[in-house]
Amino acid sequence: MIALDKNRAKTERYVADYEKIEGEIAAHEPIWLHQIRKEAISRFQELGFPTIKEEEWRHTNVTPIVKREFTLAGAAAIDSLPDTIHHVTFPDSDFTQLVFVNGFFSPRLSHLNSLQDGIRVESLAQAIACDANALEPYLSRLGSYEEHPFAALNTALFRDGAYVHIKKGVVARTPIHLLFISTSPKQAVVSYPRTLVVAGAESQATIIESYAGVEGEVYFTNAVTEIAVGENAVIEHYKLQRESAQAFHIANMLFYLDRSSNFASHSISLGGSLVRNNVNAALNDEGIECTLNGLVMAAGKQHIDNHTYIDHARPHCASHELYKNIVDDHATGVFKGKILVRRDSQKTDAKQTNMTLLLSDEASIDSMPQLEIYADDVKCTHGATTGRLDENALFYLRTRGIGKPAAKNLLTYAFANEIINRIRIDAVREQLEQILRERLPFEQND
Amino acid sequence: MLEIRNLHVNVDGKEILRGIDLTIRAGETHAIMGPNGSGKSTLAQVLAGHEAYEITEGVILYEGQNLAELEPEERACAGMFLAFQYPVEIPGVSNTYFLKTALNAIRKARGEEPLDAVDFLALVKEKMKLVHLDEKLLHRPVNEGFSGGEKKRNEIFHMAVLDPKLAILDETDSGLDVDALRIVAEGVNALRDETRAVMVITHYQRLLNYLVPDFVHILAKGRIVKSGGRELALEVEENGYVGLEEPTEVLQPVGY
Repeated sequence: MIALDKNRAKTERYVADYEKIEGEIAAHEPIWLHQIRKEAISRFQELGFPTIKEEEWRHTNVTPIVKREFTLAGAAAIDSLPDTIHHVTFPDSDFTQLVFVNGFFSPRLSHLNSLQDGIRVESLAQAIACDANALEPYLSRLGSYEEHPFAALNTALFRDGAYVHIKKGVVARTPIHLLFISTSPKQAVVSYPRTLVVAGAESQATIIESYAGVEGEVYFTNAVTEIAVGENAVIEHYKLQRESAQAFHIANMLFYLDRSSNFASHSISLGGSLVRNNVNAALNDEGIECTLNGLVMAAGKQHIDNHTYIDHARPHCASHELYKNIVDDHATGVFKGKILVRRDSQKTDAKQTNMTLLLSDEASIDSMPQLEIYADDVKCTHGATTGRLDENALFYLRTRGIGKPAAKNLLTYAFANEIINRIRIDAVREQLEQILRERLPFEQND
Repeated sequence: MLEIRNLHVNVDGKEILRGIDLTIRAGETHAIMGPNGSGKSTLAQVLAGHEAYEITEGVILYEGQNLAELEPEERACAGMFLAFQYPVEIPGVSNTYFLKTALNAIRKARGEEPLDAVDFLALVKEKMKLVHLDEKLLHRPVNEGFSGGEKKRNEIFHMAVLDPKLAILDETDSGLDVDALRIVAEGVNALRDETRAVMVITHYQRLLNYLVPDFVHILAKGRIVKSGGRELALEVEENGYVGLEEPTEVLQPVGY
C-alpha cells in the first residue's frame, strides 16, 4: 500500500501540469473536449501510476518514470532536424511528412507538397481550432482512457499532434509519415503526441508513425494513436520506434475497424530504455481482416513490452498476429497477446505467434498468450517459442567460411527478416534493413 | 595435403574414432566406406571442426598446419569444404546472399577483393549450370523447402562457388536417384585436378562408378581396417562388410 500511495502522490505533478494549461484549454477548445480532459485527469488521479501488483503491469515496472521529474514540453522552435535523427526522414521518398517536435507540429520541418484532394493531413491543434465538429465523434471516443492511466494522462495533457482524414473512396497515392521527435538538451521533458486517423469507407492509405530522439537524451514520450477504419477501407499502419537509448516510451494504440475493412499494423521497437506498447484492435463488424506484426530488438538494459489485444466482436473476421523478439545482453522483453472471441463471433479465424530469440544468458522474455473464446465454431491458434541460435546452423555457416560473430549476426538478421519482409513500403523496408545491418554486421565489406 | 595420424575422437565421452591413419595428397580422390556407426560422419565433422567432437589423441595436419588450432571458418578460408550429410535449413537467409557472404569472407582471408554483385552473379550462373540447379533455388532461403536431391546438389553448388582445395563429401550420394547422382559426381569431377583433393564418404559403391577414386578405405568401429584401390569398393558391393571388421570386435553387440 505504501508503494501505491507513493505512486498516487507522484500524480500531483501531472495534475499541476494540467492546471497550468487548463485556462488555455477553456479559452480555445470546445466544451466537449474540455469535458473529456477533465474526466481524463480525474481518472488518472484515481488510477495513479500502475504498479507491478496489477496484472497488466506485472512484468513492467514504471517506477523509473514515476520517480523522475519531467518538465512538460512546450513548443520548441527548431530550424532543422538534429543530424543524428536526420536518417529517419525517408529523404528520397515522396511521402507526405509531418514533423512534430516534442509533440508540437513544426510546419518548417514538414512537407505537405503531395497532398491529394480528399485527404487532410494537419496539426491536430489546428483541426481542433478550425473544425472541432469533425473530430468530435472520434477523438477520445474510440478507446477508453478509463482503464489506462497513461492514455488518460495523454488525453488530459496533449497539446498537439496529427490529424489525418481520408474521404470516402479516396486512395492515397503516397504514404503519410508522421515523425515525432523529442529534444530535451537542458532538462528531461515529457511530451504527449496524439494522432487521430479517420479513414472513410472504401479509402486506402498507408500511415507511418516514427518516434525518434537525440541519442543520450533522457525524455518521456507518452503517445496515443487512434485509427478509425471505415467500411471496406484498406489501411496499413507502421510504428517505427527509435527513441534514444535513455528514453521512456509508452504508447497506446487503438484501432477501430469497421465492416469488411482490411487493416495491418507493423510495430518495430528498436530504441528506448523502458518501452510499453498497448495495441488494441476492435473488430466491430463482419468480414474484417486484421494483421498485427511486431519486431523487438532489445539490448543493453532495455526493457520492451508489447501488450496486444484483439477483440473479435463480430463473426467472420480474421486476425493474424506475429510478434518477434530479439533480446540480448541484460535486456528484457514482454509479450502479452490477448484474443477475445465473443459469443456471437462464429467463424472467427485467429492466429497468434510469438517467437523470441535470446542472444545472451542474461536476456529474458515473458511471453503470455491469452485466448478467451466464447463462440463454438471458430479456428483459433497460438504458439510461442523461445530459443537461442541454432548451433547446427551456426556450424554450417562457419564451415562455409563465415566467422562466428558474423554467422550469429546473419542468423539473427534472418530471424528479424521475417517481419521486415512483410513491410510493403520499399523505403521503410530498406531503411530498416539498413538499420539491422548496422546493428548486425555480417558482410565483409561492412 | 591432409595427414591424419593416430586420430582418436570422443563424442559425449564415448570413443568413436580409435586410431585413424590416413594421408591424402594433392590430386588424389579417396573414398571412405563403412557400415553405419563405423565413424565415417564423425571423421567428416572432426575435419570440419565441430565442437562436440573431442580429439583425445593424435593429430590432423592440413597443409602442415595443426587443424585443431583452426576454427571451422579458418579451415574454410584455408580451402577446406564439407558437404553435409544433412544440409541445414536456414530460414530467412537467401541462398545467394549466404553464398556471397561466405565467398567474400573466404576471398578476404585470401587477400582478395570482395566480388561485386555483377561478378558474383556471373560466377553463380556458371556454377549453377554445373549442377543443374533451378534458378528459383538461388533466391529461396538456404535449403528451406528444398527436396533431398536439391539439398545435395546445393551443397555441390556451394562447393563449386567456394572453390576449395580439399573437398569432403559426407554421404552426398545417399538418397539420390541415378540422375542426381550423376550430376553430383560430374560437379565433383569438374573440381578435380592435380592441385586439389577429394574425400568421399559413402555408404554405397554406386557413386564411385561416376566418381572414380584413387584409393578406397574401409572404416569399421573407428578404425581403417582395409585400404586398397577401386576394386575394394566393388568387393564391398559384392560381399558387404562381412569379414572386413576385426575378428575380436565382430561379436560385440550392435550399438556397443
